[in-house]
Amino acid sequence: MKVGKPEELIVKGKRLDGRKFEEFRPIIVEVGTLKRAQGSAIFRFGNTYALSAVYGPRTAHPRHIQDPQKAVLRCRYSMAPFSTKERVRPGTSRRAVEISKVLNSALSNVIFFDDYPKTVIDVFVEILQADASTRCAGLNAASLALTDAGIPMKNLISSCSVGKIDGNTVLDLDGLEDNYGDVDMAVAMIGNEDKIVLLQMDGIITKEDLLKMLEVAKIGCIEIFERQKQALKERYKTGEIDVEG
Amino acid sequence: MNEVKSEVLVKERQLVIPGETLATGLDFLPSSGSFRIDNEIKAKILGLTRMKDRFVGVIPLAGVYIPKRGDGVIGFVEDMQTTMWIVDINSPYDAKLVLGEAVGEYVDLNKTDISVYFDIGDVIYAKVLNVSKSKQVSLTMNDYRTRKLIGGRILKITPSKVPRVIGKEGSMIELIKNKTKCQIIVGQNGIIWIKGEKEGLASKSILTIEKESHITGLTDKMSKLLEKEGG
Amino acid sequence: MLKASENYVRKLIEEDSRLDGRKFEEFRKIEVKTDVIESAEGSARIILGDSNVLVGVKLSVGEPFPDVPDEGVLIVNTELVPIASPTFEPGPPKEDAIEISRVVDRGIRESKCIDLEKLCIEPGKEVWIINIDIHVLDHDGNLIDAGALGAIAALLKTKIPKYENKKIIYEEKTGKLPVKDIPIAVTIAKIGDKLLIDPNLEEEHNLDARITITTNKNGEICSIQKGGSGYFTMEEVLKAADLSILKGKKLGKLIK
Repeated sequence: MKVGKPEELIVKGKRLDGRKFEEFRPIIVEVGTLKRAQGSAIFRFGNTYALSAVYGPRTAHPRHIQDPQKAVLRCRYSMAPFSTKERVRPGTSRRAVEISKVLNSALSNVIFFDDYPKTVIDVFVEILQADASTRCAGLNAASLALTDAGIPMKNLISSCSVGKIDGNTVLDLDGLEDNYGDVDMAVAMIGNEDKIVLLQMDGIITKEDLLKMLEVAKIGCIEIFERQKQALKERYKTGEIDVEG
Repeated sequence: MNEVKSEVLVKERQLVIPGETLATGLDFLPSSGSFRIDNEIKAKILGLTRMKDRFVGVIPLAGVYIPKRGDGVIGFVEDMQTTMWIVDINSPYDAKLVLGEAVGEYVDLNKTDISVYFDIGDVIYAKVLNVSKSKQVSLTMNDYRTRKLIGGRILKITPSKVPRVIGKEGSMIELIKNKTKCQIIVGQNGIIWIKGEKEGLASKSILTIEKESHITGLTDKMSKLLEKEGG
Repeated sequence: MLKASENYVRKLIEEDSRLDGRKFEEFRKIEVKTDVIESAEGSARIILGDSNVLVGVKLSVGEPFPDVPDEGVLIVNTELVPIASPTFEPGPPKEDAIEISRVVDRGIRESKCIDLEKLCIEPGKEVWIINIDIHVLDHDGNLIDAGALGAIAALLKTKIPKYENKKIIYEEKTGKLPVKDIPIAVTIAKIGDKLLIDPNLEEEHNLDARITITTNKNGEICSIQKGGSGYFTMEEVLKAADLSILKGKKLGKLIK
């Protein structure tokens, strides 16, 4: 039995932090935060804070990772030592390696790799504060950072988590719900299209549960997509726009 | 058979994001910064729309420099081999400058080390002679404007902002040159060389343009800034 | 992989056939053999088509994790041994090996097939640690399903050694490991817009996306992992779920 398990995760039809079942935590999105990186973005779900930076396309080093016909994508997901209650040892972990891999798989769906042969595009995701759904926040930030860097893409990638608590499907799990709830599922889709590019689920569900959770996730992803678009337009907002004198 | 109506869905110079539909139907064609998928033309980068005839494209607000034939670029000599130089042109692709394209006279390689012409660390203004399909870039100095750049200072800006810095028919850059009494060479690759009296003011002006390139009224703002601090 | 082979595999699939003649919903021939390694507390060898995987279970005693002081510890590790493929290099597990380990781990953990609380010796101080080691001997695709099958087959035959006076006496066994469910992983590949079960190596190299769904003996889904750099539509995910539930039941019978 896990220590620290709260009595109930749902009290009087509301979640512990007062949210409705299909409600997101407060979302904060910011594009272009860092100066050195080609592109950067912040994405926050409540207390989960993800920062992503993109370097590239740049010359691929070492030479052997180069693809003569297209760009190569490298993703690195990492948690800052102070991001969780118990300090995380700096360096990588098996979990971080796995998440880096699934983020890479998701983003690969939308990047126009053929436009930059022989180069490498480096995407870094740093979780500065973790309260569950970190890979979702990280992916949302990475998608924005790539756009900010001017990397050509077919669309944005939007991601959120869903779970099942006491038989109810809930959107955007926080730390307590992820830890002590029955089911957690991370989903990412291409913008507002019916294309799932990331899907991981842990827990015991029926196929009907799966359908319900996917439907809730889809609506969630569309909402995230709108927030991402808004943040991009904010970045360059100023009345009228004029590029060439 | 249902034919999709041909229609442009965006205004000129509208901010669009990747995946945003710019036009529908088969009458329009994608150009730089956009792509076609089925019956739609969509943006592939974050930028401002640009429409010309039937072409609907997007001008980037960010991105690295991809060399194009004919571009004038400022580069840094990184390395040398017997008969050529490797030049860093602020791009994921390095460029090569072969002896024949750099020096007009006959060179006896037994007696001469080519570093007498260009050495590692030198700054040059060159022209892109050719970009092969596999992105091999070759430069030439056989142009009346190309030369080694001595002294002065170097500035780096986002390549896509270069047209803004130059201005319509060079108006913006001429304004800055006059008010700061500087020689200024703007490379298409985002590298700028400044040499003259008020190099600091020239740099400041250019960086301001880069930061606010998407705002209107910039030309007026720059005039005022330069008047005030230039005199 | 050569460009030629890529198009060939895709062409075949477009015409609804597979290189080895299988139907899209057909697994390759599976051979399960247990108790193959005496030095392990539990073991199994799975031959899935031409893929060959050996799984060993070793038990030891150690400290529990602080947040679950009364539960045993489960660790899954995969070694892509160089003898199995020209593409496997010696060294610590890289992302492919790590992914296999984590997917197999989650299938076992989330299905709760092992009651970890029964492995507690002294709460907060001593618990049984179960090490499941997947040793890949020959790689012809779909190592996840082979590894997962080997893991549960080995666990079902695992016997707990005697623990006396803070020492483990491996030669004496006190009973079987309490395993109360049979999680089965089924991997489905997507090539073009077709879904195929149990991709072999060629198909793995040519797939657009893959999804591994682990089910328990009640036909419930306990873990999902999408892999590969393509996408699935919602309908495809649900179709894959149906297939996994169906095939999971069949495979489960193989190792009972």
